[in-house]
Amino acid sequence: MTSQDNNTPDGEHEHIPFFQRMMDNPFLLLFIGVVMPTVFYILWGVMEIATIPIATY
Amino acid sequence: MSILSKSRICPETGLFFDDQAEKLIKWNAVTGVVFLLVGGLFGVLMALTRWTEVHILPADWFYLLLTAHGLDALIVWIIFFEMAVLYLASSTLLKVRLAAPKWAWLGYWLMLIGAVITNVMVLEGDSSVMFTSYPPMKAHPLFYLGIIVFAVGALIGTFCFFGTLVLAKEQKTYEGSLPLVTFGALTAAIIAVFTIASGAIILVPTLLWSLGYIAHIDPLMYKTIWWAMGHSSQQINVSAHVSVWYLIAAIVFGAKPLSEKVSRMAFLFYIFFLQLASAHHLLVEPGLSSEWKIFNTSYAMYLAVLGSMIHGLTVPGSIEAAQRKKGFNKGLFEWLRRAPWGNPVFSGMFMSLVMFGFLGGITGVIMGTEQINIIMHNTLYVPGHFHATVVAGTTLTFMAVSYFLVPVLFRRELWLPGLAKWQTYIYAIGVAGISVFMMAAGTLGVSRRHWDNNFADATLGFDYPAAAHMFLALNGISGLMAGLGGASFCIIMVGTILWGKKKSDVPASAPAPAPEPAVHQAGSAGTIAVPGTFVLALIFLGTFILYYYVNWKYLAEVWHLS
Ligand code: HEM
Ligand SMILES: [Cu+2]
Repeated sequence: MTSQDNNTPDGEHEHIPFFQRMMDNPFLLLFIGVVMPTVFYILWGVMEIATIPIATY
Repeated sequence: MSILSKSRICPETGLFFDDQAEKLIKWNAVTGVVFLLVGGLFGVLMALTRWTEVHILPADWFYLLLTAHGLDALIVWIIFFEMAVLYLASSTLLKVRLAAPKWAWLGYWLMLIGAVITNVMVLEGDSSVMFTSYPPMKAHPLFYLGIIVFAVGALIGTFCFFGTLVLAKEQKTYEGSLPLVTFGALTAAIIAVFTIASGAIILVPTLLWSLGYIAHIDPLMYKTIWWAMGHSSQQINVSAHVSVWYLIAAIVFGAKPLSEKVSRMAFLFYIFFLQLASAHHLLVEPGLSSEWKIFNTSYAMYLAVLGSMIHGLTVPGSIEAAQRKKGFNKGLFEWLRRAPWGNPVFSGMFMSLVMFGFLGGITGVIMGTEQINIIMHNTLYVPGHFHATVVAGTTLTFMAVSYFLVPVLFRRELWLPGLAKWQTYIYAIGVAGISVFMMAAGTLGVSRRHWDNNFADATLGFDYPAAAHMFLALNGISGLMAGLGGASFCIIMVGTILWGKKKSDVPASAPAPAPEPAVHQAGSAGTIAVPGTFVLALIFLGTFILYYYVNWKYLAEVWHLS
């Protein structure tokens, strides 16, 4: 059941849109803020470096 | 748990101060200022050394002080002050006691002990590895240990911030969403957690390597992970100083953001994307793919830059809106002309905003472009750029807010208010000088971190163009001016704390209302036209586009492509 108006109480609880719930949850933001750079910067970068073949003389 | 928490309401500003939080804010801010003084002094000596005709330090001292300058100014000063900002944005703005103050004190002491250990190691002379400490250069083990201890302390402080948010939520000291300034501080705290974790991942093995337990640290691996810390820590600074811009706009003008939602989105862009831009430090490294470089520095970084441009637009926009509501409506710019330019809280903040955008922001995007990066990588252009972001941006903002905070926290009147009026201008002009002239010298190819401007020691001789030496001299002169401004700041702050006229605790009249609701609640200014800010933004965009194309043209000339 989707309520069309965010301001009308939806059953007992007021319906808070997902985005707003995310913005109001510091720990979810913390999670995203740590996972994003860990995946795109660190893991991706480290994998590229680790797959560089070792030089042979 | 029954910690009896004492608190007070500031009679002048109406701000709430929990006893422990207030002490921690004081100690962290003051300790930071001491390290700023030390770091700034070293900076002046280096600027004088790079001035070819003056060349004041011998080589070993140059590299030693370069290491100490980077550490004390970039890391110790700023992070101590940021701890103060975190405690202020949580406890004071949310009107709640600080969670786990004992832990916060432990964090403070660890930071101080770590900073002192690392400084002693550097000053002893066998750890002149510069603050990036790239292997295979090896420092004394205690150098790394000091940084690790400092970082653990900062992490504890950051967790006290998160704890205080939880406490405020439980005790319902605020309604709805976090106030914007606190949300900005949250952004800084989130980035701090990633920063410190990355630092631990790389510095712990490096410590073991310096002790002899690990045989080899791969330099590229080190650089990649080190910059996850080194770059992200700069993004803590950006988030923190942007939050302070909003705070100052609220305090000085009672300004509310033009649109809370948009400003919050801009902080969200920081949380998502800003840290990825760490890759711009590795743009010339072979071994990392262009896909990795371009995804992280272009697609992702531009979204973060968009965040900064939103803040750069909405902060002056909110000030314009507040001023227009007060009736400063004539023409495009009466609101700006009639702003309190004699108040260092405002003048420092506004100059910081302009210089951060024009000098720091534009040049950062340019250097973050993979193709263009190669013409300035490792030249003085780089320190020129980041003195605009981290000195004109962060340091000047923190100075500005200190003019508000220190008298409020210590219940003293500002010492030497006449000098204070000028201090922000002296410092800003000096810093604009070092940024612009280092960038100019860098454009002519002058290396960063290089003692020997004339290549007297080199087997193959080389001469920089004469203009480069002129820019280095102008950099030295600007450095003296920035040093004068920085020293004046420290003198005013210390003087205020020690000799400032005591303010009476009983307010003469009823306490002034807190800067309500601008700093304590979420909410926007409502629709109001801000044509002046719009014109400023167009000037900014025009400059940006022009300078961007100038650099592509310059690249084409360097490569002789036609
Ligand atoms: C009086 C003010 C200052 C002056 C005159 C100054 C001057 C300089 C100079 C000449 C360099 C060396 C450039 C080179 O040869 O590579 C430098 C490097 C640096 N400065 Fe400053 N600076 C000042 C304040 C600051 C502040 C407040 C910060 C941080 C908030 C800062 C952060 C740095 C960093 C991180 C480096 C790079 C160190 C390295 O390459 O290892 N500076 N500064
Ligand atoms: Cu960076």
